[in-house]
Amino acid sequence: MSHPEQIIPHGHVLRYNLRERLTHWVAAAAYIYLLATGLAFWSPWLFWVALILGGAPVSRLLHPWAGLIFSAAVLQMYVMWAAQMKHTDTDHAWWKAVKYYSTNQDEKMPPAGRYNAGQKFLFWGFFWSTVALLATGLVLWFPEYIPWNLRFLRYVSVLIHPAAALFTIGLFMIHLYMGLFAERGAFGSVIRGDVSIAFAKRYHPAWYKEFIGESSSPRK
Amino acid sequence: MSQATLRVQKISGHAGTVPGQDTQREPTVCKLIDTTTCIGCKACEVACMEWNDLPFSETVFGNTYQTMPETRWNYWNLILFNEHEREDGSLMWLMRKNQCMHCAEPGCLAACPADGAIVQYTNGIVDFQQANCIGCGYCITGCPFDIPKMNPKTHRVFKCTLCTDRVSENLEPACIKSCPTGCLHFGTKEDMLFEANRRAKQLREHSNFPNAGVYDPRGVGGTGVIYVLHDASQPEIYGGLPANPHVPWSVKLWKGPLKWLGNVAMIGGLIGLFVHYLRYGPKAREEEDIAPGGTKT
Repeated sequence: MSHPEQIIPHGHVLRYNLRERLTHWVAAAAYIYLLATGLAFWSPWLFWVALILGGAPVSRLLHPWAGLIFSAAVLQMYVMWAAQMKHTDTDHAWWKAVKYYSTNQDEKMPPAGRYNAGQKFLFWGFFWSTVALLATGLVLWFPEYIPWNLRFLRYVSVLIHPAAALFTIGLFMIHLYMGLFAERGAFGSVIRGDVSIAFAKRYHPAWYKEFIGESSSPRK
Repeated sequence: MSQATLRVQKISGHAGTVPGQDTQREPTVCKLIDTTTCIGCKACEVACMEWNDLPFSETVFGNTYQTMPETRWNYWNLILFNEHEREDGSLMWLMRKNQCMHCAEPGCLAACPADGAIVQYTNGIVDFQQANCIGCGYCITGCPFDIPKMNPKTHRVFKCTLCTDRVSENLEPACIKSCPTGCLHFGTKEDMLFEANRRAKQLREHSNFPNAGVYDPRGVGGTGVIYVLHDASQPEIYGGLPANPHVPWSVKLWKGPLKWLGNVAMIGGLIGLFVHYLRYGPKAREEEDIAPGGTKT
């Protein structure tokens, strides 16, 4: 957590260190490219997206490479965050109370740690979708090299790849909505790294208690 | 017929209407291959390469006539040689000219995401337009006959065109013209089916082929290439000709229900989130939201 070089304004606390922010934006840039080109291949009504991105053959050429970059970023996220994304009893209670969360009655929510149960769902949803997208994407990258007697691999892939992508699109829309609109201050935290103490108290009370406890003891 | 035959009735990856659809009442063209009179001379293979200006392909030698194991991006027409032992122990040497089947409901076209990369003309010919091809290879997955082949250098897919250029000038395809035994015929689908059934009946009644029949599989809506087979009950013995070919169910699911569900979910999700924001707004205001002179709550 500690990152001595970075200046944190008064009344703020570091939420995402540089490594976390960089990983997030590598994944974000790759995902947005994958989403745009993927949607172009998904529907004729969106084929124009590939045309403005340099032409559909270029999109076809770069989509798999962007997928590799995205997968690497997700792997890095797994290394950084998997331990913090374990399901807890509080998460169970959080899901039971999710209707209060979605209607902005956050005071009725069980105290979330650094990540609430919804964020954990986003993480695991993206992680397992990426595993599926990578596996099926490798098949779709070189369909001409899949032998005829293994053609079921292609049949499975053309179905699983868009289905998993659609699932991530749902996650992505909610992620953007929460980060840009619903939880003010969240977007700044993944750019500058810090959130206000009020933000931490409001959305991640258990995490707040944790770092208050830390800061009362001498820093190492 | 001339250029009018090139009106298009189906376009891959296409949004909106199809210009040539229902503009013309034109007979569907069809190639009839009588496997019972094919002698495996490969004249059709040579004619195909000649007419379509395809470069020489390296051959293999495995002590059989099969010097080319399968069709390639630059080898669209290939006779498959198969030895088949009948129940009575007698041997049959089966020869089947393999190429694109020009399905009425083409799986390649259904799977293709590129606008205009695969078209079906009003005369039924399914044709690849390499200029519009993006090299994704989905057509390879969509095809139940393993026909579209990728050029590894240009990353474009090629296959038999049914000599569209010749047919549009009222000529028969090059393979048909070259056949010395007359086992290849070309005409309207109706005429070819009549001829094929007549030949199959002849084989059943006057030769020792009680299972002789016509291969025109319904699973792909019928094909623009039909076969007369000595034994239509087991087409697999003719170099793996599928008994009941159809567009893979996963391609149908992907291009059908999944597409609709996905589109409804994506648009519904966007509308839902927007309405949610109108109703509930942000969870709380942060300092950065407060305009200069505003008060912090």
